[in-house]
Amino acid sequence: MSDRSPRVAIIDFDLGNLFSVAQACRKSGIAAEITNDPKAVAAADALILPGVGGFPKAMESLKRRGLIAPIQDAAAEGKPIVGICLGMQLLMQSSTEFGETPGLGLIEGNVVKLPEIAGPNDRNLPIPNVGWSPVAPVRNGMPWKGTPLAGTAPGSMFYFVHSFFVQPKRVQDELAATAFGTTTICAAVGRGNIFGMQFHPERSGAVGLNVYKTIDRITRGKLQA
Amino acid sequence: MPFRLIARLDIKGPNLVKGIHLEGLRVLGRPAAFARKYYEDGVDELFYQDAVASLYGRNSLLDIVKETAQEIFIPLCVGGGIRSRQDVYNVLRAGADKVAINTAAIANPDFIREAAEEFGSSTIVAVVEAIRQPDGGYLCFTNCGREYTGVEAVAWAKRLGELGAGEIVVTSVDREGTGRGFDLDLTRRIAQVVPIPVIAHGGCGSIKHALDVVQKGHCDAIALASILHYDAVKKIPVDLAEFADEGNTEFLRYHRQDGFKLVASTTVQDLKKQLAAGGLHPRMPEAAHV
Repeated sequence: MSDRSPRVAIIDFDLGNLFSVAQACRKSGIAAEITNDPKAVAAADALILPGVGGFPKAMESLKRRGLIAPIQDAAAEGKPIVGICLGMQLLMQSSTEFGETPGLGLIEGNVVKLPEIAGPNDRNLPIPNVGWSPVAPVRNGMPWKGTPLAGTAPGSMFYFVHSFFVQPKRVQDELAATAFGTTTICAAVGRGNIFGMQFHPERSGAVGLNVYKTIDRITRGKLQA
Repeated sequence: MPFRLIARLDIKGPNLVKGIHLEGLRVLGRPAAFARKYYEDGVDELFYQDAVASLYGRNSLLDIVKETAQEIFIPLCVGGGIRSRQDVYNVLRAGADKVAINTAAIANPDFIREAAEEFGSSTIVAVVEAIRQPDGGYLCFTNCGREYTGVEAVAWAKRLGELGAGEIVVTSVDREGTGRGFDLDLTRRIAQVVPIPVIAHGGCGSIKHALDVVQKGHCDAIALASILHYDAVKKIPVDLAEFADEGNTEFLRYHRQDGFKLVASTTVQDLKKQLAAGGLHPRMPEAAHV
């Protein structure tokens, strides 16, 4: 039992829009610190793993900074871990971006390129997939209760920008789905204390800030338990 | 994916400005106030373009980006004067999600490739500023439409996609600020040859223009300035004393309630409603933003 505020580490590996994640945390009452120090990551009560850019480069950067072990330890200790965009993809076993690269392996499944799908006007749907898209729960997937999406209305619109998407091995690990043209793709994953979102809640207006507030509640809940 | 509506803010020093053909800039107010209004009104993205490419220094673009990113939680793309990986890094660290690059890409195409490899394709937005030629072709210009390059616009757009740009903004310098409608032919020719999202920019003076460029120009998003600014400028309170020594403020002082005769100005909400009525699927704003 503890009355102190939880410490949240936003993991810095030189890629990504850390500033907007940090601002969303601030706005949502989360005391977050941007850090690439393995000790600070190990000492945090919860981790946010952001990131845009390439998967291999991101894994290489985590490895070089000695951040892989503290992230995996935090996962094993039951601390909340939230991956965003590339950060979500890094939670998986592997990615096919620029050849096969192993990921953190916290959730079974891999990361693959978005399929080429015919769109209007004799064009394929553009890739990267950029814009706001509705996010919904998955049948037989992970229920939203107790997850960062707990306070989100199904069908809420979130901002996406990505060329790859995750394919979890087990449907129970799928937290949310969205449409990509005529197909459905995984929009969020979850397993126990590990969560990942393909979209950017910190760039999704009020519904997105609400996700950060829910992350704050989850983190405080863990600390009290 | 719902259709995207992007508010484009041209910035000079501390001010939001608007010109015609990217020239003759008049001061409309402070960018943060307009950005805030568009955010609250449900715009999908913001695009800041520095008209004088002044990233650094006092009251610079970086300061304005920082201020915006503290309070506004939608995507922000920033362009103007980005010439090196350090510039990209600094703009992203200030809180932008994407950077827009034109001049530096023409000077050195590898800059796009290197920036996309380092920061991710989705972070790099290439800008094509095109002027229609007497033969019906289009040539690229740089430095806000001022400098001739001789580079053919459609082939260049295709190349930018191959180099790793994640999106392309297609600016018609001929139409920019005129309210005469987007250059549908330019937009469509580029949309047909690039596999990445195409953002049409320049010339929107009415809701019909916006519908036309999606349906006939085949773009994935539109960037709007005058049509939104000339409505917002009437509603945003302004302290004229703040603008005492700054640029062309005559419009702001004497005419801001008059609108701008070349555009049928409107709000983000109304535009989205009308686009939906016209058969498009923009994101309809939910409850008010916090």
